[in-house]
Amino acid sequence: MSILVVAEHDNDSIKAPTLVAVAAAQAIGGDIEILIAGSGCSGASDAASKIAGVSKVLVADNDCYAHQLAENIADLISEIGSGYSHILTVTTTSGKNYMPRVAALLDVAQISEISGVVSEDTFERPIYAGNAIATVQSSDSIKVLTVRGTAFDPVEAQGGSASVENIDIVKDSGLSTWDQEEIAKLERPELTAASIIISGGRGMQNGENFALLESVADKLGAAIGASRAAVDAGFVPNDMQVGQTGKIVAPDLYIAVGISGAIQHLAGMKDSKVIVAINKDEDAPIFQVADYGLVADLFKAVPELDALL
Amino acid sequence: MKVLVAAKRVVDYNVNIRVLSDNTGVDLNNVKMSLNPFDEIALEEAVRLREAGTAEEVIVVSIGSSACQEQIRTALALGADRGILVETEEEMQPLAIAKVLKAIVEKEQPQLIILGKQAIDDDNSQTGQMLAALAGLSQATFASKVVIGDGTATVTREVDGGLETITVKLPAIITTDLRLNEPRYASLPNIMKAKKKQVDIYTPEELGVDIVSRVKTLKVEPPAERKAGVIVESVEELVDKLRNEAKVIS
Repeated sequence: MSILVVAEHDNDSIKAPTLVAVAAAQAIGGDIEILIAGSGCSGASDAASKIAGVSKVLVADNDCYAHQLAENIADLISEIGSGYSHILTVTTTSGKNYMPRVAALLDVAQISEISGVVSEDTFERPIYAGNAIATVQSSDSIKVLTVRGTAFDPVEAQGGSASVENIDIVKDSGLSTWDQEEIAKLERPELTAASIIISGGRGMQNGENFALLESVADKLGAAIGASRAAVDAGFVPNDMQVGQTGKIVAPDLYIAVGISGAIQHLAGMKDSKVIVAINKDEDAPIFQVADYGLVADLFKAVPELDALL
Repeated sequence: MKVLVAAKRVVDYNVNIRVLSDNTGVDLNNVKMSLNPFDEIALEEAVRLREAGTAEEVIVVSIGSSACQEQIRTALALGADRGILVETEEEMQPLAIAKVLKAIVEKEQPQLIILGKQAIDDDNSQTGQMLAALAGLSQATFASKVVIGDGTATVTREVDGGLETITVKLPAIITTDLRLNEPRYASLPNIMKAKKKQVDIYTPEELGVDIVSRVKTLKVEPPAERKAGVIVESVEELVDKLRNEAKVIS
Protein backbone atom coordinates (compact mmCIF):
# COMPACT_ATOMS: atom_id res chain seq x y z
CA MET A 1 0.00 0.00 0.00
CA SER A 2 1.14 3.51 -0.62
CA ILE A 3 -0.33 6.47 1.17
CA LEU A 4 -0.33 10.09 0.07
CA VAL A 5 -0.54 12.66 2.85
CA VAL A 6 -1.39 16.16 1.68
CA ALA A 7 0.50 18.60 3.89
CA GLU A 8 -0.91 21.65 5.56
CA HIS A 9 1.78 24.33 5.33
CA ASP A 10 2.45 28.04 4.89
CA ASN A 11 5.13 27.59 2.16
CA ASP A 12 7.92 28.21 4.70
CA SER A 13 7.07 25.52 7.23
CA ILE A 14 4.86 22.53 7.86
CA LYS A 15 1.88 23.11 10.12
CA ALA A 16 1.71 20.83 13.14
CA PRO A 17 -1.56 19.05 12.21
CA THR A 18 0.26 17.49 9.22
CA LEU A 19 2.19 15.39 11.75
CA VAL A 20 -1.13 14.01 12.97
CA ALA A 21 -2.10 13.02 9.43
CA VAL A 22 1.24 11.20 9.06
CA ALA A 23 0.54 9.42 12.35
CA ALA A 24 -2.82 8.25 11.00
CA ALA A 25 -1.05 7.07 7.83
CA GLN A 26 1.35 5.04 9.98
CA ALA A 27 -1.61 3.48 11.78
CA ILE A 28 -2.93 2.35 8.39
CA GLY A 29 0.52 1.06 7.44
CA GLY A 30 2.39 1.33 4.17
CA ASP A 31 4.78 3.55 2.28
CA ILE A 32 4.08 7.20 3.16
CA GLU A 33 4.63 10.06 0.76
CA ILE A 34 3.83 13.72 1.36
CA LEU A 35 2.55 16.24 -1.15
CA ILE A 36 3.42 19.91 -0.77
CA ALA A 37 1.40 22.06 -3.13
CA GLY A 38 2.26 25.71 -2.81
CA SER A 39 4.17 28.63 -4.24
CA GLY A 40 7.77 29.26 -3.23
CA CYS A 41 7.41 26.34 -0.86
CA SER A 42 10.99 25.02 -0.61
CA GLY A 43 11.02 25.76 3.13
CA ALA A 44 7.96 23.58 3.62
CA SER A 45 9.34 20.78 1.44
CA ASP A 46 12.67 20.79 3.31
CA ALA A 47 10.76 20.51 6.58
CA ALA A 48 8.56 17.73 5.18
CA SER A 49 11.61 15.68 4.16
CA LYS A 50 12.68 15.56 7.82
CA ILE A 51 9.37 14.20 9.16
CA ALA A 52 9.83 10.78 10.72
CA GLY A 53 8.47 7.88 8.70
CA VAL A 54 8.08 9.65 5.35
CA SER A 55 9.76 8.08 2.30
CA LYS A 56 9.22 10.74 -0.35
CA VAL A 57 8.16 14.36 -0.63
CA LEU A 58 6.38 15.47 -3.81
CA VAL A 59 6.54 19.18 -4.47
CA ALA A 60 4.20 21.08 -6.79
CA ASP A 61 5.55 24.62 -6.67
CA ASN A 62 3.51 27.02 -8.77
CA ASP A 63 1.64 30.32 -8.36
CA CYS A 64 -1.66 28.54 -9.02
CA TYR A 65 -1.28 26.67 -5.70
CA ALA A 66 -0.34 29.75 -3.67
CA HIS A 67 -3.63 30.10 -1.83
CA GLN A 68 -4.77 26.49 -1.81
CA LEU A 69 -7.74 27.25 -4.08
CA ALA A 70 -9.85 24.10 -4.01
CA GLU A 71 -10.36 23.82 -7.77
CA ASN A 72 -6.61 23.83 -8.55
CA ILE A 73 -5.44 21.74 -5.61
CA ALA A 74 -8.15 19.12 -6.15
CA ASP A 75 -7.27 18.77 -9.85
CA LEU A 76 -3.62 18.25 -8.89
CA ILE A 77 -4.27 15.74 -6.11
CA SER A 78 -6.78 13.72 -8.12
CA GLU A 79 -4.30 13.45 -11.00
CA ILE A 80 -1.36 12.24 -8.96
CA GLY A 81 -3.50 10.50 -6.34
CA SER A 82 -4.94 7.77 -8.53
CA GLY A 83 -1.87 5.59 -7.92
CA TYR A 84 -2.26 5.48 -4.15
CA SER A 85 -4.32 3.24 -1.87
CA HIS A 86 -5.07 6.08 0.55
CA ILE A 87 -5.08 9.87 0.27
CA LEU A 88 -5.38 11.75 3.50
CA THR A 89 -5.06 15.10 5.13
CA VAL A 90 -5.96 16.62 8.43
CA THR A 91 -9.43 18.07 9.10
CA THR A 92 -8.76 21.80 8.82
CA THR A 93 -10.81 24.36 6.88
CA SER A 94 -8.32 23.91 4.05
CA GLY A 95 -8.49 20.10 3.96
CA LYS A 96 -12.26 20.17 4.37
CA ASN A 97 -12.44 22.49 1.38
CA TYR A 98 -10.50 20.54 -1.25
CA MET A 99 -10.60 16.90 -0.13
CA PRO A 100 -14.26 16.07 -0.95
CA ARG A 101 -13.60 17.63 -4.35
CA VAL A 102 -10.68 15.20 -4.79
CA ALA A 103 -12.88 12.25 -3.79
CA ALA A 104 -15.63 13.20 -6.25
CA LEU A 105 -13.10 13.66 -9.09
CA LEU A 106 -11.82 10.14 -8.36
CA ASP A 107 -15.43 8.88 -8.06
CA VAL A 108 -14.83 7.53 -4.55
CA ALA A 109 -16.37 8.29 -1.17
CA GLN A 110 -14.62 10.39 1.42
CA ILE A 111 -14.54 9.33 5.05
CA SER A 112 -14.46 12.54 7.04
CA GLU A 113 -12.65 13.17 10.29
CA ILE A 114 -11.52 9.67 11.19
CA SER A 115 -10.76 9.26 14.88
CA GLY A 116 -9.46 5.71 14.68
CA VAL A 117 -8.00 3.18 12.24
CA VAL A 118 -9.41 -0.34 12.60
CA SER A 119 -7.85 -1.75 9.44
CA GLU A 120 -6.75 -0.52 6.03
CA ASP A 121 -10.38 -0.12 4.92
CA THR A 122 -12.23 0.32 8.22
CA PHE A 123 -12.24 3.48 10.29
CA GLU A 124 -13.95 5.07 13.26
CA ARG A 125 -15.46 8.52 13.07
CA PRO A 126 -17.68 10.65 15.29
CA ILE A 127 -21.21 11.42 14.13
CA TYR A 128 -23.99 13.52 15.68
CA ALA A 129 -21.51 15.99 17.15
CA GLY A 130 -19.54 13.21 18.79
CA ASN A 131 -22.57 11.71 20.51
CA ALA A 132 -21.99 8.48 18.63
CA ILE A 133 -18.97 6.81 17.08
CA ALA A 134 -19.53 5.00 13.79
CA THR A 135 -17.25 2.26 12.50
CA VAL A 136 -17.37 2.37 8.70
CA GLN A 137 -15.86 0.26 5.95
CA SER A 138 -15.00 1.57 2.51
CA SER A 139 -15.30 -0.59 -0.61
CA ASP A 140 -13.57 1.96 -2.84
CA SER A 141 -10.18 1.20 -4.38
CA ILE A 142 -8.81 4.53 -3.12
CA LYS A 143 -9.67 5.62 0.39
CA VAL A 144 -9.92 9.38 0.71
CA LEU A 145 -9.78 10.39 4.35
CA THR A 146 -9.58 13.44 6.57
CA VAL A 147 -8.11 12.90 10.01
CA ARG A 148 -9.42 14.41 13.25
CA GLY A 149 -6.59 16.63 14.46
CA THR A 150 -6.80 15.47 18.06
CA ALA A 151 -7.20 11.75 17.46
CA PHE A 152 -3.60 10.62 16.88
CA ASP A 153 -0.34 11.52 18.59
CA PRO A 154 1.72 13.50 16.10
CA VAL A 155 4.87 11.89 14.65
CA GLU A 156 8.25 13.51 15.22
CA ALA A 157 8.96 16.49 12.99
CA GLN A 158 12.64 15.46 12.86
CA GLY A 159 14.60 12.33 12.18
CA GLY A 160 13.43 11.43 8.69
CA SER A 161 15.37 11.75 5.44
CA ALA A 162 12.87 11.54 2.61
CA SER A 163 13.80 12.16 -1.00
CA VAL A 164 12.30 15.26 -2.61
CA GLU A 165 10.79 15.10 -6.08
CA ASN A 166 9.47 18.06 -8.01
CA ILE A 167 6.34 17.42 -9.97
CA ASP A 168 5.67 19.65 -12.89
CA ILE A 169 1.89 19.65 -13.04
CA VAL A 170 0.12 23.00 -13.36
CA LYS A 171 -3.62 23.06 -12.77
CA ASP A 172 -5.08 26.51 -13.05
CA SER A 173 -8.83 26.16 -13.48
CA GLY A 174 -9.46 29.89 -13.79
CA LEU A 175 -12.71 29.34 -11.86
CA SER A 176 -11.72 31.24 -8.75
CA THR A 177 -9.29 33.88 -7.58
CA TRP A 178 -7.95 34.71 -4.16
CA ASP A 179 -8.53 38.31 -3.08
CA GLN A 180 -7.37 38.79 0.50
CA GLU A 181 -7.27 37.42 3.99
CA GLU A 182 -7.69 38.81 7.47
CA ILE A 183 -5.86 36.47 9.76
CA ALA A 184 -6.11 37.49 13.39
CA LYS A 185 -2.69 38.39 14.79
CA LEU A 186 -2.34 36.04 17.66
CA GLU A 187 -0.32 36.95 20.69
CA ARG A 188 -1.28 33.62 22.16
CA PRO A 189 -0.98 30.04 20.93
CA GLU A 190 -3.45 28.85 18.30
CA LEU A 191 -6.44 26.99 19.70
CA THR A 192 -5.71 23.72 17.96
CA ALA A 193 -2.06 23.79 19.04
CA ALA A 194 -2.41 25.06 22.62
CA SER A 195 -1.71 22.81 25.61
CA ILE A 196 -3.97 24.97 27.81
CA ILE A 197 -7.21 26.62 26.71
CA ILE A 198 -9.50 28.90 28.67
CA SER A 199 -12.90 29.42 27.07
CA GLY A 200 -15.79 31.73 27.82
CA GLY A 201 -19.49 31.23 27.20
CA ARG A 202 -22.69 33.19 27.36
CA GLY A 203 -22.03 33.74 31.07
CA MET A 204 -19.27 36.21 30.13
CA GLN A 205 -22.13 38.64 29.33
CA ASN A 206 -20.17 40.69 26.80
CA GLY A 207 -16.98 40.85 24.75
CA GLU A 208 -15.18 43.25 27.08
CA ASN A 209 -15.36 40.74 29.92
CA PHE A 210 -13.16 38.36 27.91
CA ALA A 211 -10.32 40.57 29.19
CA LEU A 212 -10.70 38.63 32.46
CA LEU A 213 -9.78 35.45 30.60
CA GLU A 214 -6.93 37.14 28.73
CA SER A 215 -5.11 37.93 31.92
CA VAL A 216 -5.34 34.30 33.09
CA ALA A 217 -4.40 33.05 29.62
CA ASP A 218 -1.27 35.19 29.57
CA LYS A 219 -0.11 33.71 32.87
CA LEU A 220 -0.77 30.14 31.75
CA GLY A 221 0.44 30.56 28.15
CA ALA A 222 -3.06 29.51 27.15
CA ALA A 223 -5.20 30.06 24.07
CA ILE A 224 -8.63 31.64 24.44
CA GLY A 225 -11.72 29.94 23.10
CA ALA A 226 -15.45 30.50 23.22
CA SER A 227 -18.70 28.60 23.02
CA ARG A 228 -21.02 28.98 20.07
CA ALA A 229 -23.43 30.87 22.35
CA ALA A 230 -20.74 33.51 22.98
CA VAL A 231 -20.00 33.74 19.26
CA ASP A 232 -23.67 33.93 18.30
CA ALA A 233 -24.17 36.67 20.89
CA GLY A 234 -21.42 38.63 19.14
CA PHE A 235 -19.01 38.67 22.12
CA VAL A 236 -16.08 37.30 20.12
CA PRO A 237 -15.27 36.30 16.53
CA ASN A 238 -16.16 32.90 15.11
CA ASP A 239 -12.56 31.73 14.77
CA MET A 240 -12.53 31.40 18.58
CA GLN A 241 -15.40 28.94 18.55
CA VAL A 242 -14.79 25.52 20.08
CA GLY A 243 -17.38 22.90 19.22
CA GLN A 244 -18.95 20.73 16.58
CA THR A 245 -19.23 23.64 14.17
CA GLY A 246 -16.01 25.30 15.30
CA LYS A 247 -12.66 23.92 16.32
CA ILE A 248 -12.08 20.49 17.81
CA VAL A 249 -9.49 20.72 20.58
CA ALA A 250 -7.89 18.33 23.05
CA PRO A 251 -5.45 20.28 25.23
CA ASP A 252 -3.89 19.07 28.50
CA LEU A 253 -6.09 21.53 30.39
CA TYR A 254 -9.39 23.04 29.29
CA ILE A 255 -10.99 25.66 31.53
CA ALA A 256 -14.64 26.35 30.67
CA VAL A 257 -15.87 29.61 32.17
CA GLY A 258 -19.56 30.50 32.11
CA ILE A 259 -20.21 27.72 29.59
CA SER A 260 -23.30 25.60 30.21
CA GLY A 261 -21.98 22.66 28.18
CA ALA A 262 -24.32 22.27 25.22
CA ILE A 263 -23.81 19.04 23.27
CA GLN A 264 -22.31 20.94 20.40
CA HIS A 265 -19.66 22.53 22.65
CA LEU A 266 -18.81 19.27 24.41
CA ALA A 267 -18.24 17.70 21.00
CA GLY A 268 -15.35 20.06 20.48
CA MET A 269 -13.50 19.69 23.78
CA LYS A 270 -14.40 16.54 25.66
CA ASP A 271 -11.21 14.74 24.61
CA SER A 272 -9.21 17.25 26.68
CA LYS A 273 -7.03 15.57 29.32
CA VAL A 274 -8.23 17.67 32.26
CA ILE A 275 -11.42 19.74 32.17
CA VAL A 276 -12.24 22.48 34.64
CA ALA A 277 -15.69 24.08 34.75
CA ILE A 278 -16.51 27.33 36.48
CA ASN A 279 -20.23 28.07 36.42
CA LYS A 280 -22.71 29.49 38.90
CA ASP A 281 -25.41 27.02 37.84
CA GLU A 282 -24.64 23.76 39.65
CA ASP A 283 -26.95 21.87 37.25
CA ALA A 284 -25.03 22.97 34.14
CA PRO A 285 -24.22 19.90 31.98
CA ILE A 286 -20.57 21.01 31.74
CA PHE A 287 -20.06 19.63 35.29
CA GLN A 288 -20.82 16.12 34.01
CA VAL A 289 -17.65 16.11 31.92
CA ALA A 290 -15.49 18.25 34.22
CA ASP A 291 -12.69 16.71 36.27
CA TYR A 292 -12.82 19.71 38.57
CA GLY A 293 -15.97 21.77 38.95
CA LEU A 294 -16.30 25.04 40.78
CA VAL A 295 -19.82 26.35 41.40
CA ALA A 296 -19.17 30.07 41.62
CA ASP A 297 -19.79 33.44 40.08
CA LEU A 298 -17.16 33.72 37.37
CA PHE A 299 -16.76 37.46 37.97
CA LYS A 300 -15.43 36.61 41.45
CA ALA A 301 -13.73 33.31 40.68
CA VAL A 302 -11.73 34.31 37.59
CA PRO A 303 -10.01 37.33 39.22
CA GLU A 304 -9.25 35.12 42.24
CA LEU A 305 -7.77 32.51 39.94
CA ASP A 306 -5.77 35.22 38.19
CA ALA A 307 -4.36 36.41 41.51
CA LEU A 308 -3.31 32.89 42.57
CA LEU A 309 -1.37 32.07 39.41
CA MET B 1 -30.84 34.37 -11.88
CA LYS B 2 -32.06 31.09 -10.46
CA VAL B 3 -30.83 29.90 -7.08
CA LEU B 4 -30.95 26.25 -6.04
CA VAL B 5 -30.85 25.40 -2.34
CA ALA B 6 -30.31 21.89 -0.99
CA ALA B 7 -32.24 20.93 2.14
CA LYS B 8 -31.60 17.89 4.32
CA ARG B 9 -34.01 16.36 6.81
CA VAL B 10 -32.08 15.71 10.02
CA VAL B 11 -32.69 14.97 13.68
CA ASP B 12 -33.50 18.28 15.37
CA TYR B 13 -30.48 19.87 17.02
CA ASN B 14 -32.22 19.88 20.41
CA VAL B 15 -32.70 16.12 20.49
CA ASN B 16 -30.43 14.09 22.76
CA ILE B 17 -29.08 11.32 20.56
CA ARG B 18 -29.43 7.76 21.84
CA VAL B 19 -27.45 4.92 20.31
CA LEU B 20 -29.54 1.75 19.71
CA SER B 21 -28.65 -1.15 21.99
CA ASP B 22 -27.90 -3.42 19.01
CA ASN B 23 -25.35 -0.83 17.79
CA THR B 24 -26.92 -0.54 14.33
CA GLY B 25 -27.45 3.20 14.52
CA VAL B 26 -29.12 5.90 16.56
CA ASP B 27 -32.74 5.81 17.69
CA LEU B 28 -34.88 7.71 15.17
CA ASN B 29 -38.27 6.51 16.45
CA ASN B 30 -40.58 9.39 17.41
CA VAL B 31 -37.68 11.80 17.24
CA LYS B 32 -38.31 15.37 16.13
CA MET B 33 -36.92 15.96 12.62
CA SER B 34 -36.03 19.38 11.20
CA LEU B 35 -34.41 21.18 8.34
CA ASN B 36 -30.63 21.03 8.78
CA PRO B 37 -29.73 24.37 10.47
CA PHE B 38 -26.97 25.19 7.96
CA ASP B 39 -29.44 24.59 5.10
CA GLU B 40 -31.80 27.05 6.76
CA ILE B 41 -29.01 29.63 6.53
CA ALA B 42 -28.51 28.66 2.85
CA LEU B 43 -32.20 29.17 2.16
CA GLU B 44 -32.27 32.50 3.98
CA GLU B 45 -29.38 33.75 1.85
CA ALA B 46 -31.17 32.70 -1.34
CA VAL B 47 -34.43 34.34 -0.28
CA ARG B 48 -32.59 37.56 0.57
CA LEU B 49 -31.02 37.55 -2.90
CA ARG B 50 -34.47 37.29 -4.42
CA GLU B 51 -35.85 40.01 -2.17
CA ALA B 52 -32.94 42.24 -3.22
CA GLY B 53 -33.82 41.65 -6.87
CA THR B 54 -30.58 39.75 -7.57
CA ALA B 55 -32.35 36.41 -7.97
CA GLU B 56 -35.67 35.71 -9.66
CA GLU B 57 -36.43 32.26 -8.37
CA VAL B 58 -35.43 30.13 -5.39
CA ILE B 59 -35.82 26.38 -5.81
CA VAL B 60 -35.40 24.02 -2.87
CA VAL B 61 -34.39 20.39 -3.39
CA SER B 62 -34.42 17.59 -0.87
CA ILE B 63 -33.37 13.97 -1.34
CA GLY B 64 -34.70 11.09 0.72
CA SER B 65 -37.98 9.47 1.78
CA SER B 66 -41.38 11.08 1.16
CA ALA B 67 -41.14 12.47 4.72
CA CYS B 68 -38.68 15.06 3.32
CA GLN B 69 -41.75 16.83 1.92
CA GLU B 70 -42.13 18.23 5.43
CA GLN B 71 -38.76 20.02 5.16
CA ILE B 72 -39.55 21.16 1.62
CA ARG B 73 -42.80 22.70 2.89
CA THR B 74 -40.85 24.40 5.68
CA ALA B 75 -38.47 25.84 3.09
CA LEU B 76 -41.40 26.98 0.92
CA ALA B 77 -42.92 28.69 3.96
CA LEU B 78 -39.59 30.42 4.56
CA GLY B 79 -39.66 31.86 1.06
CA ALA B 80 -38.58 29.29 -1.55
CA ASP B 81 -40.70 29.51 -4.73
CA ARG B 82 -40.95 25.84 -5.57
CA GLY B 83 -39.66 22.49 -4.44
CA ILE B 84 -38.14 19.32 -5.83
CA LEU B 85 -38.12 16.01 -3.99
CA VAL B 86 -35.89 13.23 -5.24
CA GLU B 87 -37.56 10.34 -3.53
CA THR B 88 -35.70 7.22 -2.42
CA GLU B 89 -35.76 4.88 0.52
CA GLU B 90 -32.08 4.01 0.04
CA GLU B 91 -29.41 5.28 2.41
CA MET B 92 -27.91 8.22 0.56
CA GLN B 93 -24.23 9.05 1.06
CA PRO B 94 -22.68 12.39 0.08
CA LEU B 95 -21.27 11.20 -3.26
CA ALA B 96 -24.68 9.84 -4.30
CA ILE B 97 -26.40 13.03 -3.10
CA ALA B 98 -23.92 15.09 -5.10
CA LYS B 99 -24.66 13.01 -8.21
CA VAL B 100 -28.40 13.54 -7.80
CA LEU B 101 -27.87 17.26 -7.26
CA LYS B 102 -25.71 17.42 -10.38
CA ALA B 103 -28.62 15.97 -12.38
CA ILE B 104 -30.94 18.62 -10.90
CA VAL B 105 -28.40 21.35 -11.69
CA GLU B 106 -28.29 20.18 -15.32
CA LYS B 107 -32.10 20.26 -15.45
CA GLU B 108 -32.59 23.65 -13.79
CA GLN B 109 -29.39 25.49 -14.80
CA PRO B 110 -29.15 27.66 -11.66
CA GLN B 111 -26.43 30.32 -11.48
CA LEU B 112 -25.96 29.78 -7.79
CA ILE B 113 -26.29 26.64 -5.70
CA ILE B 114 -26.24 27.16 -1.95
CA LEU B 115 -25.87 24.34 0.57
CA GLY B 116 -25.18 24.11 4.29
CA LYS B 117 -21.50 23.50 5.09
CA GLN B 118 -22.40 20.28 6.85
CA ALA B 119 -25.40 18.31 8.06
CA ILE B 120 -25.63 17.94 11.82
CA ASP B 121 -26.27 14.19 11.68
CA ASP B 122 -23.33 12.72 9.76
CA ASP B 123 -21.09 15.80 10.11
CA ASN B 124 -19.47 14.93 6.78
CA SER B 125 -19.08 18.37 5.19
CA GLN B 126 -18.67 16.91 1.69
CA THR B 127 -21.75 17.36 -0.49
CA GLY B 128 -21.20 20.92 -1.75
CA GLN B 129 -17.58 20.33 -2.65
CA MET B 130 -18.43 17.03 -4.37
CA LEU B 131 -21.22 18.66 -6.37
CA ALA B 132 -18.81 21.40 -7.46
CA ALA B 133 -16.32 18.78 -8.64
CA LEU B 134 -18.89 16.71 -10.54
CA ALA B 135 -20.49 19.74 -12.18
CA GLY B 136 -17.08 21.29 -12.95
CA LEU B 137 -18.04 24.46 -11.06
CA SER B 138 -16.22 26.81 -8.74
CA GLN B 139 -16.75 26.51 -5.01
CA ALA B 140 -16.75 28.87 -2.05
CA THR B 141 -17.18 26.91 1.17
CA PHE B 142 -17.86 28.10 4.75
CA ALA B 143 -19.20 31.46 3.57
CA SER B 144 -19.83 34.27 6.03
CA LYS B 145 -20.54 36.94 3.40
CA VAL B 146 -21.68 36.72 -0.22
CA VAL B 147 -21.68 39.60 -2.71
CA ILE B 148 -22.97 38.89 -6.20
CA GLY B 149 -21.18 40.79 -8.99
CA ASP B 150 -21.28 40.64 -12.77
CA GLY B 151 -20.96 36.93 -13.48
CA THR B 152 -19.08 36.44 -10.24
CA ALA B 153 -19.60 36.04 -6.53
CA THR B 154 -17.19 37.49 -3.99
CA VAL B 155 -17.31 35.35 -0.91
CA THR B 156 -15.76 35.85 2.52
CA ARG B 157 -14.90 32.45 3.97
CA GLU B 158 -14.37 31.38 7.56
CA VAL B 159 -10.93 29.77 7.67
CA ASP B 160 -8.73 28.62 10.55
CA GLY B 161 -7.37 31.75 12.17
CA GLY B 162 -9.61 34.29 10.44
CA LEU B 163 -11.29 35.18 7.17
CA GLU B 164 -10.39 34.81 3.51
CA THR B 165 -12.06 36.46 0.54
CA ILE B 166 -12.20 34.80 -2.87
CA THR B 167 -14.03 35.59 -6.09
CA VAL B 168 -15.64 32.71 -7.95
CA LYS B 169 -17.09 32.58 -11.45
CA LEU B 170 -20.82 31.87 -11.71
CA PRO B 171 -22.37 29.36 -11.78
CA ALA B 172 -20.89 28.57 -8.39
CA ILE B 173 -21.43 26.39 -5.36
CA ILE B 174 -21.54 28.14 -2.00
CA THR B 175 -21.68 26.42 1.39
CA THR B 176 -22.82 28.39 4.40
CA ASP B 177 -21.19 29.00 7.75
CA LEU B 178 -23.01 30.12 10.88
CA ARG B 179 -22.49 33.83 10.63
CA LEU B 180 -23.72 34.29 7.05
CA ASN B 181 -27.14 35.41 8.26
CA GLU B 182 -29.81 34.82 10.85
CA PRO B 183 -32.69 32.85 9.35
CA ARG B 184 -36.23 34.18 9.74
CA TYR B 185 -39.22 32.37 11.18
CA ALA B 186 -42.10 31.35 8.94
CA SER B 187 -45.26 33.43 9.38
CA LEU B 188 -48.66 31.75 9.48
CA PRO B 189 -49.83 33.29 6.16
CA ASN B 190 -46.62 32.06 4.53
CA ILE B 191 -47.12 28.57 5.96
CA MET B 192 -50.59 28.55 4.39
CA LYS B 193 -49.28 29.86 1.08
CA ALA B 194 -46.53 27.23 1.06
CA LYS B 195 -49.14 24.49 0.84
CA LYS B 196 -50.11 25.70 -2.62
CA LYS B 197 -46.59 25.95 -4.03
CA GLN B 198 -45.42 23.44 -6.61
CA VAL B 199 -43.33 20.41 -5.60
CA ASP B 200 -42.06 18.08 -8.34
CA ILE B 201 -41.09 14.55 -7.45
CA TYR B 202 -38.43 12.46 -9.20
CA THR B 203 -36.57 9.27 -8.39
CA PRO B 204 -32.79 8.76 -8.73
CA GLU B 205 -33.55 6.17 -11.45
CA GLU B 206 -35.52 8.74 -13.48
CA LEU B 207 -32.53 11.05 -13.20
CA GLY B 208 -30.22 8.24 -14.28
CA VAL B 209 -28.05 8.44 -11.18
CA ASP B 210 -26.07 5.60 -9.59
CA ILE B 211 -26.64 5.78 -5.83
CA VAL B 212 -24.83 2.63 -4.71
CA SER B 213 -23.26 3.05 -1.25
CA ARG B 214 -19.48 2.88 -1.12
CA VAL B 215 -19.23 3.00 2.64
CA LYS B 216 -20.87 0.49 4.94
CA THR B 217 -21.59 1.31 8.57
CA LEU B 218 -20.49 -1.72 10.59
CA LYS B 219 -21.56 -0.43 13.98
CA VAL B 220 -22.49 2.68 15.92
CA GLU B 221 -21.49 3.00 19.55
CA PRO B 222 -21.84 5.63 22.26
CA PRO B 223 -18.62 7.57 22.87
CA ALA B 224 -16.37 6.64 25.77
CA GLU B 225 -17.70 8.35 28.87
CA ARG B 226 -15.57 10.56 31.03
CA LYS B 227 -15.21 9.61 34.66
CA ALA B 228 -17.22 11.85 36.96
CA GLY B 229 -15.03 14.53 38.49
CA VAL B 230 -15.11 16.35 41.77
CA ILE B 231 -16.64 19.64 42.84
CA VAL B 232 -14.07 21.87 44.53
CA GLU B 233 -15.12 24.38 47.16
CA SER B 234 -12.85 27.27 46.36
CA VAL B 235 -10.49 28.76 43.80
CA GLU B 236 -7.57 27.93 46.16
CA GLU B 237 -8.57 24.27 46.16
CA LEU B 238 -8.92 24.32 42.38
CA VAL B 239 -5.45 25.76 41.85
CA ASP B 240 -4.00 23.30 44.37
CA LYS B 241 -5.59 20.34 42.53
CA LEU B 242 -4.40 21.56 39.15
CA ARG B 243 -0.84 22.04 40.46
CA ASN B 244 -0.42 19.02 42.68
CA GLU B 245 -2.96 16.39 41.60
CA ALA B 246 -3.47 16.86 37.86
CA LYS B 247 -0.05 18.54 37.47
CA VAL B 248 -1.22 20.54 34.45
CA ILE B 249 -0.06 23.95 35.66
CA SER B 250 3.16 24.92 37.38
